[in-house]
Amino acid sequence: MPGAPEQLLSLQSVGFAHPARRGAPVQALSEVSLHARTGELLAVVGPSGCGKSTLLELICALHTPDQGTITAPPAVLMPQRDLLLAWLSALDNVALPLRIAGLGRAQARARARELFGEVGLDGFQQAHPAELSGGMRQRVAFLRTLLCGKPLLCLDEPFGALDAITRAEMQEWLAATLARERRTVVLVTHDVEEAILLADRVAVLSPRPGRVVASVEVELERPRNRTDAALSALREHALGLLASEGQA
Amino acid sequence: MSARLRAGLPAIALALGLLAAWELYVDLAGIGEQLLPAPHAVAQALWDSAGLLWHNFTVTAGEVLLGLALALSAGLALAVAIHLSPLLRRALYPLAVGSQAVPIPVVGVLLVFWWGFGIFPKLVVIALICFFPVVVATVDGLAAVDPEQPKLLRTLDASRWQAFRFAELPAALPAAISGARIALTIGVIGAFIAETTTPTSGPYPGLGREILSDVNFQTARAYAGSAILIVFAIACFYALSGAERKLAPWHTRARGETP
Repeated sequence: MPGAPEQLLSLQSVGFAHPARRGAPVQALSEVSLHARTGELLAVVGPSGCGKSTLLELICALHTPDQGTITAPPAVLMPQRDLLLAWLSALDNVALPLRIAGLGRAQARARARELFGEVGLDGFQQAHPAELSGGMRQRVAFLRTLLCGKPLLCLDEPFGALDAITRAEMQEWLAATLARERRTVVLVTHDVEEAILLADRVAVLSPRPGRVVASVEVELERPRNRTDAALSALREHALGLLASEGQA
Repeated sequence: MSARLRAGLPAIALALGLLAAWELYVDLAGIGEQLLPAPHAVAQALWDSAGLLWHNFTVTAGEVLLGLALALSAGLALAVAIHLSPLLRRALYPLAVGSQAVPIPVVGVLLVFWWGFGIFPKLVVIALICFFPVVVATVDGLAAVDPEQPKLLRTLDASRWQAFRFAELPAALPAAISGARIALTIGVIGAFIAETTTPTSGPYPGLGREILSDVNFQTARAYAGSAILIVFAIACFYALSGAERKLAPWHTRARGETP
């Protein structure tokens, strides 16, 4: 596409099969083409088991695709479960990427501490994961992802395990946090409303083997309101695409 | 009354009840003191031979603690080696299992030939008897890290060493402590085996050897020595539980109190 802004992430006809211990390999993705520009939030929605998590792992270079090509900058994964380290305080969990990058404990903590106040986590620095609610744990996990400093964030159903009220809160929190800390994000979710609320573009995946069946541009002003008529219309449109694919 | 004392009350009550039943049984059945001394006779022997028993106890306690330290370091090192290298796992694991079947007197003579009549051969015997539970528990603990965790750490650019240091090692700590707890409880009987299979030149040979030489003609004193070992084992066990609360507070919090 001549003249188009540069793509930070692009997948061309990517296919991937999980090697099976017995029998034929399981085809997880086939002919997936996606792209995301710098600073964009790309949401990928699809039914359970359509290979969404595999897609993120491919982007994070945890696997090599069987077919097609992936051009991606260094990417960091935020897995579905928060995977916070139980023996570290919230502050030290957030500081973990800096420790791994070679910073000393004091320096890493100082950098992590700066983030806490900005995102409504002040006062929870010394709490251990077991003492935090599900929403709080996801916030800590997201800060850890953010502090890693990589240009591309891969979020795997970050709010999937939360109750509806907390999830709504967290979606607004994520939107606000990303408005301040602009990053390129690939967000995998099965929640169409979440996708439309947060994303610049929504890619709809088919059931396994996943492939992109539709791409919906979300050109709504931010901050977005989930009761907004235009948002509802887009959600119905995307749900229709998903449903027609489920029957096919 | 402190909370800790109250927690120990059922055990103390049960022990007192058992002692009373024992005393009654010896009285009523008319069992000779050479066969089964009554608790009061054991207490008398403990009082009469307090100095002798104490000096021997300090020898044995030193052996147990140093032997366990050796067992822990060897067990942890082996567990890490087995965890990090599939080749070492295949090479070492079967031998470690086999080592538990070695009848100690067979190697006792050799150990004395190598290292003499001092404490070291005894530490080796204790370590040989105690290292295995540490290895098994720690290997399992190291492998029990969430399977997603390595993926996350890789995208954070963690090296193999960093994944080990930040995730696997702390995650395995509670399991390693559980292994140490088992090692500790068999450490005391390990010291008994060590003392009775490798001779000593010192003035006090240790409680194990003392008990063995008392058991036929000074039975009450043998029982008194055994009582000391039993109390020592229990004390060590609870000391370790206290250490666990300090070392792995996240674990004790999640699981509740230790027994």
